[in-house]
Amino acid sequence: MAVIDSSREPALPSTRGLSGVQAVPRRTPITWVRGGGLTTLLFLLPLLFVFGAFSWYPIVRTVIMSLQHTNLVQPATWVGFRNFEQVWHDPLFPVAVKNTAYFAGLALLFGYPIPLVAAVLMSEVRKRRGIYSALAYLPVVIPPVVAVLLWKVFYDASSLGAFNTVLGWVHLGPYPWLQSQGWAMPSLVLESTWANAGATVIIYLAALTGVQTELYEAASVDGAGILRKVWHVTLPQLRGVLLVTMILQIIGTAQVFLEPYLFTSGGPANATLTVLLMIFNYAFGNSLGGNYGAATALSLMLAGFLAVFSLVYLRATRSWSTR
Amino acid sequence: MKSLRRIATAVAVAGLVAACATATAVGSTKTVTISVASLIPGSTQAAVDQFNAQVREFEKANPAIKVKPVEYQWTGPTFAAKLAAGTLPTVFEVPFTDARTLGDNGQLADLTSYVKKLPYYSKYNPAVLAEGTDAKGQIIALPKGAYAQALHYNRALFKEAGLDPNKPPTTWAQLRADAKQIAQKTGKTGYAEMAKDDNTAGWILTTVVYSLGGRMEVGTGTSAKATLDNPKTIQALNLLKAMRWTDNSMGSNFEYSWGDINQAFAGGSVGMYISGSDVYTNLVQASNINPGIYGLATIPLAKNKTSGVLGGGTLVGVRPDANAAAKAAAVKWIDFFYESPLVSKAQAVRNAQTLVANKQPVGVPALPLFNKAQYDLANTWIKPFINVPLTQMKPFLTGIFKQTLIPEPEASTQSVYHSLDAVVEAVLTNKNTNVVQMLQQANSTAQAAIQQGT
Repeated sequence: MAVIDSSREPALPSTRGLSGVQAVPRRTPITWVRGGGLTTLLFLLPLLFVFGAFSWYPIVRTVIMSLQHTNLVQPATWVGFRNFEQVWHDPLFPVAVKNTAYFAGLALLFGYPIPLVAAVLMSEVRKRRGIYSALAYLPVVIPPVVAVLLWKVFYDASSLGAFNTVLGWVHLGPYPWLQSQGWAMPSLVLESTWANAGATVIIYLAALTGVQTELYEAASVDGAGILRKVWHVTLPQLRGVLLVTMILQIIGTAQVFLEPYLFTSGGPANATLTVLLMIFNYAFGNSLGGNYGAATALSLMLAGFLAVFSLVYLRATRSWSTR
Repeated sequence: MKSLRRIATAVAVAGLVAACATATAVGSTKTVTISVASLIPGSTQAAVDQFNAQVREFEKANPAIKVKPVEYQWTGPTFAAKLAAGTLPTVFEVPFTDARTLGDNGQLADLTSYVKKLPYYSKYNPAVLAEGTDAKGQIIALPKGAYAQALHYNRALFKEAGLDPNKPPTTWAQLRADAKQIAQKTGKTGYAEMAKDDNTAGWILTTVVYSLGGRMEVGTGTSAKATLDNPKTIQALNLLKAMRWTDNSMGSNFEYSWGDINQAFAGGSVGMYISGSDVYTNLVQASNINPGIYGLATIPLAKNKTSGVLGGGTLVGVRPDANAAAKAAAVKWIDFFYESPLVSKAQAVRNAQTLVANKQPVGVPALPLFNKAQYDLANTWIKPFINVPLTQMKPFLTGIFKQTLIPEPEASTQSVYHSLDAVVEAVLTNKNTNVVQMLQQANSTAQAAIQQGT
């Protein structure tokens, strides 16, 4: 950084000097070059390239492909909005939407408050706080695929399975876990909450350090207990962070793929088929070459929905978060 | 002088570069490198050694061809992704059900001119060769092997449950009773079925329906009519339901994939299951089965005129973007690795010798690719090397040629299977599944796929 600054600095006074003489500064390519424009561009290029190649170009390709019929081997044909119609009329579409909403709802119900409670409790602890945060963060460090395979063993539905054995000690079960249409989705949410809570805990812990201690002292003087302090001091102070983590979680869970794909492949009987898994199935479910048009169409529909949802959410909560 | 010297250097360098370029050009026209499907991931070191020995032998006989083995396992999703991304090996395997459509879609190379030069071309079983011929009459794949569905059973569990391991069930009622007895006496799974959302559940259900005399479709191509909801399918699903919920003889895992169920069986926790007759190779290579527990029988067939055993197979194809040299080399490899051992005594014996030396199975039951006489002849060549427990496979070997072989549903096979997956899963995971209603849904899904040709 120092090198860039030193190369740019000498150019600045002379530009200023020129503009001082001419009264109205004129921006010409020469002044742009002299002002270090080339250097800026040079340093910008890798970023532009990376974003262009790996972010913007795929997005543009997705939009184009959603209007085409292609198997990626033969030339593509334009089909208008037929892919979108096909997805809309697919009998599995409402199933996938319902399952995704169910997953997101369950994850919000359990996965949202747990990290907050954990963070508040951990911030109250005076000794060895590091160990607790490390323990909470540990699941995040385990590679997700490894975690799922591990839990798959725990979820063994026979009475010899890890969870069923433990529950058997207190005369519960055996439960079918992933092997039942009713149990499968809650089982996925349980693992997902375990795997992802740590990251949110860290965010809350960081946010909690920003809460002014005078507020707690003032609340104590007013005779508030710990619950009232949390309700009247902690939560209002954290509301900005809380709102952001909530929208991030909703967007994240709406795109859940890993758990249903690795645990159940969407089964049993489509009970855990999510929107992203459906996109995957459109693209790669048929060995004869996928329906990439329908896959990209559904991707765009999901992206569009989430964009609109985020806008509405941000509008609706703006006054609350800045009050 | 300085500039002259510079020019001289430049000329020299240019000359050198040109020389190098010609050298590599000459070299590349001489040797051609092809990548070939080798073994499934997770195979034992002995199996890998055996494959590499074959590669060395081939390269010695064909010094101009370099072979690069690539681990390969055909599964619907991974195949589609590799196909689209262009990352399949030059030579790869596809099931009977897919080759023709892939050929029609321009996704397999035309091998006609190379295949017609093979000395045994005229001897192929026409029905088998037709599986690898596209609508334009181009040969786009050669057969690797054909299988009939079979009942694999654990002889040790049979004995433990008080059943005679030499008398596997011959009717579905008997199979149900045996499964129940195994589950009750041993606590293990009596009968298991692949029930995953990857088309295998539909494949096995179709097998059971064929054995009862039903069919999944009538007619051919996009005008075929889906008949998934026929009475035999309902009968098959009700049988499954009874074994799962009344007898409780199907264990607690209802999401077995092809590989998972092999593993569970080889591990000794499954009494009986249905899979291709040639699955023993995988049980040895990937799951290290104890040969002593293995038993192979035919699938029980209902006593009516339409019942039969589902048969299928694997074909070998070449990437559509392979150039002429690569295609020629690929067909040479296919000839060497897949076809010759079936028609040439010398090659069959050499092949068997390397297999035995690396403790790999020789003599796994398959179906004839040429004709029954050729099949029997080839079996006599390798007889001294056979190391699979043939006596334990007797119930299958004596029964299979008396059974009617029925090919897989022709139109949109994988889609038909996929729409059945959910029904099988539902029956196994929900006691109150409405079988008829779910089958009707599956039927309309399959019909839509057939009409779209997907």
